[in-house]
Amino acid sequence: MTAPLLEVDGLSVRFPSRNRVVEAVRNISFSVGREKVGIVGESGSGKTMTGRSVLGLIRPPGIVTARKMMFDGIDLLALSEKQMRDIRGNRISMVMQDPKFSLNPVMTVGKQIDEAYRVHSGASARDAKLRTLEMLEAVRIRDPERVYNAYPHEVSGGMGQRIMIAMMLVPEPDLLIADEPTSALDVTVQMQVLAIVDDLVSQRGMGLMFISHDLNLVASFCDRVVIMYGGQIVETCKAADLHNAQHPYTRGLLASLPRVDRPVDQLSTLVREESWKLEPGVDARIL
Amino acid sequence: MPESSETALLIEHLDVRFGKGDGAVHAVRDVSVTVKRGETFGLVGESGSGKSTVLRAISGLAKDWTGRIAVDGTDLGKARDKAFYEKVQMVFQDPYGSLHPRHTVDRTLGEPGRIHGITDVGARIESILRDVGLGPEFRFRFPHQLSGGQRQRVAIARALMLEPKILLLDEPTSALDVSVQAEILNLLQRLKREFGLTYILVSHDLAVIAHMCDRLAVMNSGRVVEELTADQLRRAEPTDRYTKQLLTASLGYNRATADSLLTFD
Repeated sequence: MTAPLLEVDGLSVRFPSRNRVVEAVRNISFSVGREKVGIVGESGSGKTMTGRSVLGLIRPPGIVTARKMMFDGIDLLALSEKQMRDIRGNRISMVMQDPKFSLNPVMTVGKQIDEAYRVHSGASARDAKLRTLEMLEAVRIRDPERVYNAYPHEVSGGMGQRIMIAMMLVPEPDLLIADEPTSALDVTVQMQVLAIVDDLVSQRGMGLMFISHDLNLVASFCDRVVIMYGGQIVETCKAADLHNAQHPYTRGLLASLPRVDRPVDQLSTLVREESWKLEPGVDARIL
Repeated sequence: MPESSETALLIEHLDVRFGKGDGAVHAVRDVSVTVKRGETFGLVGESGSGKSTVLRAISGLAKDWTGRIAVDGTDLGKARDKAFYEKVQMVFQDPYGSLHPRHTVDRTLGEPGRIHGITDVGARIESILRDVGLGPEFRFRFPHQLSGGQRQRVAIARALMLEPKILLLDEPTSALDVSVQAEILNLLQRLKREFGLTYILVSHDLAVIAHMCDRLAVMNSGRVVEELTADQLRRAEPTDRYTKQLLTASLGYNRATADSLLTFD
């Protein structure tokens, strides 16, 4: 078998503060091939920090260490900031959680997407505009011309998120890191946007790191799932097998979800064990 | 459902508009619902469907409405008096935004008590904190010292300070992690039993609605497209096409379903 698109071995992210060191990510190993890998966990589990560290987006005083971080034959740990910029946005893209803080408020939506495309492709302004309009249509924006000329404050949150997704997909990255990309969207729009990403994986062989708190969504959308708790990977399995998960944390999370088809009097709540944090964690690499 | 002595809340032909002229938005269109005493009634829909606006019209936050709203048989006018807020209280979606960042829990909870002239505010605060599962040690903390779930407990405690009969719950758990959501939903169920409350719960999450509610109304583009019981929803028996699509989409991702989705206006 060929090497995976992304291989991460022994990644840790630490934030030293005055009296102690916060360990946001603790010695995790995983890989992403040309597939959809879901990274699931609750707030504070380290899933967002994991995504950001792949792109070199952890700023000092944060400290990122790893034994290995290889992307398509490139050693990400050895890259200079300048070399990293050639990869970031072009070959590895990231869709962030909140469009409000990710879009430039004083630049029209169209110009921002054009820029994302032109920086990496060197296309003409005319071609870029055509491509942008095409992409806005692909993310189910009904009136692309109007949105092209709109400023971020003139669009709704759900539309802002679709704009972000269009912007990240326009350079056709090899790896997309999507951090809760659809949690602000309505379920029907969410499904349509995921279908676009799904097609890019199945037709173009893009790799996807899908960071989410939504277990049902990840189980139905992804190929593989990595479950994080307290900065570690506590379990990994095929997405289709998530409902047979073994780790008490995963089982507890699943049990706490209300379900339309299975009524219960009282939802079960999660009882966290101190011992989970002392476990060695599991290796989620497929090599 | 006809109006009777069992009716806690009655809404007839409610219309809510924002703005004037060309930019006017007709957010709620001819909505009629009846909520029985002791019931949990759900309003479900996607963003922009008008579900939160219905709650805001009831609570007096959206003022430009026409139609009829009656609580306990008393018709409401445009203004809300103190007596109304002793009967009806609201819990908001975002516990990070709905608590004053520089007020302690004690001050946040004490305010409704002082406005309404409760005699022993301190004792009431202590007992309500216990009711929502927070110990007395939380009384003098600031919001930033609390987790999201604890903040939402404080917001619920504030709504209960005046011993209301009806709680308007606007997406009370959508900002929370799923394990915390379970704790808050369980808390709301227990409080309802203990205090004999009536809930109107707004959510975009059909699973939350099915779990909590007796009956629900599905909203789209400002209208109620279907009203059904939670049992009908569980047995996947909606008749309206929009409701059916919402239910299918809620069950998880499916590539084929994604292509079959329709746009409803």
